[in-house]
Amino acid sequence: MKILVCISNVPDTTTKVKFKEDNTLLDDSGIQWIINPWDELALTRALELKEDAGNSVNEVCVINVGGSLTEATLRKALAIGADKAIRIDACPSDAYHVAGQIAEYLKENVYDLIFSGIESSDYNGSSVGAMLAEFMNYSGISSVTNVNLDDDIVVSRAIPGGKQMIKTETPFVAIVQKGIAKEPRIPSMRGIMMARKKPLEVIPAAELPVLTQTVKFELPQAKGTCKMIDPEHVEQLVELLKNEAKVL
Amino acid sequence: MSVVAFAKNWNGKFKNSSYELVSYTKELANQMQTNLVIVSIGKITEEELNKLSQYGADRIISVNDARMNVLTSRVYAEVIAQIAKKESAELVVMTDNNSGKAIAPRVAVKLKAGMVAAVQELPVSIKPFVVKKQMFSGKTFGYVQINSAIRVLTLAKNCFGLVENPVECNIDISHPEVNTGLFKIQIISEEEQKNKVILTDADCVVSAGRGMRSPDNWRPVEELAEVLGAATACSRPVSDEGWRSHEEHVGQTGKVIAPNLYIAAGISGAIQHVAGISRSKCIVAINTDPEAPIFSVADYGIIGDVMDVLPRLTEAFRKSKS
Ligand SMILES: Cc1cc2nc3c(=O)[nH]c(=O)nc-3n(C[C@H](O)[C@H](O)[C@H](O)COP(=O)(O)OP(=O)(O)OC[C@H]3O[C@@H](n4cnc5c(N)ncnc54)[C@H](O)[C@@H]3O)c2cc1C
Repeated sequence: MKILVCISNVPDTTTKVKFKEDNTLLDDSGIQWIINPWDELALTRALELKEDAGNSVNEVCVINVGGSLTEATLRKALAIGADKAIRIDACPSDAYHVAGQIAEYLKENVYDLIFSGIESSDYNGSSVGAMLAEFMNYSGISSVTNVNLDDDIVVSRAIPGGKQMIKTETPFVAIVQKGIAKEPRIPSMRGIMMARKKPLEVIPAAELPVLTQTVKFELPQAKGTCKMIDPEHVEQLVELLKNEAKVL
Repeated sequence: MSVVAFAKNWNGKFKNSSYELVSYTKELANQMQTNLVIVSIGKITEEELNKLSQYGADRIISVNDARMNVLTSRVYAEVIAQIAKKESAELVVMTDNNSGKAIAPRVAVKLKAGMVAAVQELPVSIKPFVVKKQMFSGKTFGYVQINSAIRVLTLAKNCFGLVENPVECNIDISHPEVNTGLFKIQIISEEEQKNKVILTDADCVVSAGRGMRSPDNWRPVEELAEVLGAATACSRPVSDEGWRSHEEHVGQTGKVIAPNLYIAAGISGAIQHVAGISRSKCIVAINTDPEAPIFSVADYGIIGDVMDVLPRLTEAFRKSKS
């Protein structure tokens, strides 16, 4: 069995985002790039599945649609333990375009299980995984919190106020969220050395339309000051919530 | 031409988010000078469907098919895309909840439509079609232009609000042909806590962080939530430590919520936490540290110990209710 993990390359979560050219472009100077947090958890789960000898997983591959700058992030995924990495050489401008590119690759290269994160922490599009499932005409399971590949393939998913277990067949796309792995793995020294020798293949982009574009950014206005309430007189807060904020 | 909106129901009942979707799409259809078509899928009564007409739904297509009571994103996407084509939709909209996140991207691919997730307000312009949304987990807004002839949007919850607009309503029952091979997901078990306020639907949320110091200290949090009819939530370290379930984790890597009132007790207000709560209408922070970053996003603050302040607050809310 082969697992493909979709990797989005995003600014570190503590980054203070800035823009340039009249707020039309992200200013990437000084940005520290990381593997999108959910993708990192998905990769961790994929590696756990491979290491569990009872499963027949023999390959974990990571894939990213992006320019050459994203290779450092892919190398990190290799250092964490992926067997190989694919970079599709295109600007990841919208979800339709990204999912379409990965689908083109999947049509030529068969994988049984495809992991995608619930959203990418940069443009917060939350649609690549489901679009990919649709392009491939695969089942897609969303809100996935666990995948088990024992005799049956059993996927747990979060539903409002509870949990659901689903039996499924390959191939399918698992759109994962928190819980899929306990903590993301970090690369070991040995992993970093080995990553240098692992294959990172660059493939040209397919001709696909770009249907959306971000034309401008705007930073939110600073919030007004916070009104302080005396802890000895919290009834004042109740009053303010009722009559000033009007949220009760 | 039309705007097609998918109004999800839960066991035959709509929620406020369904009414909000109708309110939003009615206004949008007016702006685009076109008709609104609401799609409902699964078994539902006419009486329940009629509730949507309070918010401007004058035409509803009800796919009243019991096979579709269990939501399968592939089947739902197929049904919605078929209707969108038949109604010459220029725009398809649904709520940005778990099912919307699973269905909308599929519909977008079927219709070769550009899609934008979690929009919060009406488009800033129709020609070209430009919508505003939060990006970088709430750190900024972005304006996204959709260049395709058909577009798909999901609407973030609790941003647009409800707009009453009672109209006469026509309900068409439809039975689209769907490939039965698509009904193949097999649910083997389901656990659901009944009578619990669902965090992502809640108007009011009481959330607590590492400042509670121990999982044994949660009673005051639960008591305050009870009095307010609120859902409970927590910061990431709290769920990572297993003090509370993952379901309660809000923030960049947890749930993104937008309640009317968010009370943060013993939460420092790290940027990743704030990413999940910044759309709340009103934020109250309780913290011993006057320098805690949570106070810079809060509307009201109390400097004090959670174990002391929470019971006082519970008492004050209880009094004001009686
Ligand atoms: C990639 C990434 C993603 C992340 N995603 C998330 C996320 O989704 N959600 C999230 O919450 N975090 C997230 N984090 C973690 C985040 O950076 C913070 O570490 C976390 O939010 C802090 O949780 P906290 O406020 O409960 O704890 P702390 O930062 O330890 O704060 C505890 C607060 O309680 C106060 N306090 C202590 N004792 C008392 C008392 N007796 N009474 C009142 N106040 C008291 C302290 O003054 C302090 O402000 C993420 C981090 C990373 C790197």
